Amino acid sequence: MVPTTRLLAALAFTVGVPLLVLGWLWLVGRLEAVLPERLHRRLVPWLWLAPALVPVGVFLAWPLANTVWLSLRDAGSGAWAGLDNYHYLATSGEVHTALRNNLLWLVLLTGGCLAVGLLVAVLTDRVRYEAVAKAAVVLPTAIPFVAGAVIWRFMYQYRPPGLPQTGTLNAVLTAAGAAPVAWLVDTRTNNAALIAVGVWMSAGFATVILSAALKAVPAELHEAARIDGAGPWQAFRHVTLPELRPTIAVTATLLAVSAFKAFDIVYVMTNGNYRTDVIANLMYRQLFVDQDYGRASAIAVLLTLLAAPILVLNARATRGSTR
Amino acid sequence: MTQLLTRPDTTVRPATVTAKRVRPHRIPTHLTLLLVCGVWTVPVLGLLVSSFRPAYDISTTGWWRAGEGTLTTGNYRDVLATGGFGTALANSLLITVPAVAAMVAVGSVAAFALARMSFAGRRAVTVAMVALLALPLQMTLVPVLRLYNAAGLTGTFAGIWLVHLGFGLPFAVYLLRTFFAALPDELFEAAALDGASTLTAFLRVAVPVSGPAIASVAIFQFIWVWNDLLIALIFLGGDPGVAPLTVAVSNLVSATTGQGWQLLTAAAFVAMAVPMVIFFALQRYFVRGLLAGSGK
Repeated sequence: MVPTTRLLAALAFTVGVPLLVLGWLWLVGRLEAVLPERLHRRLVPWLWLAPALVPVGVFLAWPLANTVWLSLRDAGSGAWAGLDNYHYLATSGEVHTALRNNLLWLVLLTGGCLAVGLLVAVLTDRVRYEAVAKAAVVLPTAIPFVAGAVIWRFMYQYRPPGLPQTGTLNAVLTAAGAAPVAWLVDTRTNNAALIAVGVWMSAGFATVILSAALKAVPAELHEAARIDGAGPWQAFRHVTLPELRPTIAVTATLLAVSAFKAFDIVYVMTNGNYRTDVIANLMYRQLFVDQDYGRASAIAVLLTLLAAPILVLNARATRGSTR
Repeated sequence: MTQLLTRPDTTVRPATVTAKRVRPHRIPTHLTLLLVCGVWTVPVLGLLVSSFRPAYDISTTGWWRAGEGTLTTGNYRDVLATGGFGTALANSLLITVPAVAAMVAVGSVAAFALARMSFAGRRAVTVAMVALLALPLQMTLVPVLRLYNAAGLTGTFAGIWLVHLGFGLPFAVYLLRTFFAALPDELFEAAALDGASTLTAFLRVAVPVSGPAIASVAIFQFIWVWNDLLIALIFLGGDPGVAPLTVAVSNLVSATTGQGWQLLTAAAFVAMAVPMVIFFALQRYFVRGLLAGSGK
């Protein structure tokens, strides 16, 4: 059972943090009344931002800089290690496997989710059961990756030829006369099998966004295309797709970021065995199995450098839209 | 397998029959959607059926042959009573609710300042928040873990609430800022004419009209925190007494090789139940959260 103190602490935090924030704002309000106009116009916004800037500073901004520093220290962070940890990144086979797999994740997860999302968004737009069909695809985005991994372990279940197959996929294969496949162990299929779970879990995200963008395409454009004699495919190719391009780009960057962060599925389904390791899982192992903070930090820096172009793109897109 | 492929067909037929005219050129559309929906629902259905089957049946026959054996709620009883999953369920709630409450409170205040106050540095803070949205969390784990080890916060709930607060804030601030910025200026001018303070304008004008935006932030963050595995693994450690559902399920996966499969089915469903209920009840807000996450 859960101790009562934990329950009370949770209650205190749930009620206490909003109350503290309100108390703080009330104090700021008093200050506002006392301070001269010019000073408080400058100061008050920062006092309002402070409750958010402090946790963001402690948990995101400072660690960002600190990780770079730690990546130049040894396993226990006690002494300088120079570029040893980066030498490990450059020469270690496990890092290269993880990098290759993350690249696979990047391409296949992004491509797969966009393809499914676009397909479902376009097709459901023309049928009456749109809501039901979309809900089926979007639902997995709400459930834990861990649960998705369990679901798919049952789908991928393998038993040697001859025995009745208990996994859905192998049952289909054997019913069609083919040999069963050990999806998660066979190095030809296992990475694709893991990424397929990722696509299954994240395609709903692309579906929602692309579907919303699709509905925003002006109907006149389609009408004009039809009058000009365009078939449905031509209308899609020359009207819908160009209109959707900015949305597709944004969705792709977000999917790409999630591909870099892929962890749960790999951790639960194979734990990186059989050449399925990814950077995040490798980093977790360096942290907790090898207790090497230097290498773990260097891996994090590498991951961030890979994701950096997306970070910059994101920031640039906002700068344009900020008033 | 044939029954599996034909069954969903019946759900589609009414739509085609009730259509004003039968349009054969629509058939590929329906078939494709049928296939996609099948691929997306059959795995969940399979697990759901398996979770009601006894251990022997699960390990010898596929879930589609459940009709030939017996069905039982024993897996759920075992998981909740003996598997420690009752505690894990409570832990998941006790981690998620406080973290989300803090995120919404702190995030909305900051978002209001960024959206409705003009000051030097506003744009820089906004851009920084958006850039941090895409930051891989792994980049922050080592320093925060060292900090927590030094401060004795590892394995505590206070520690994990604060971590989630820090990691979730950029999204909350970003989404709410967009919403507050889009509110009509007249609302706030009227409040200012009445002599309302900034705090009153925030509490009495901005918050009441922002219910849907705040709801979508809360739901999105709830699902995100509930589903998190990595942060819980790292900052709560291996103690099963504090483990949330995601950690408990993943422990069960690594602990069971063959045996205990039947528990895993029920455990996964317990972990899915809360986000699924939230999804179906509040789909509209969930979708809005996704849309906001897209940077639109």
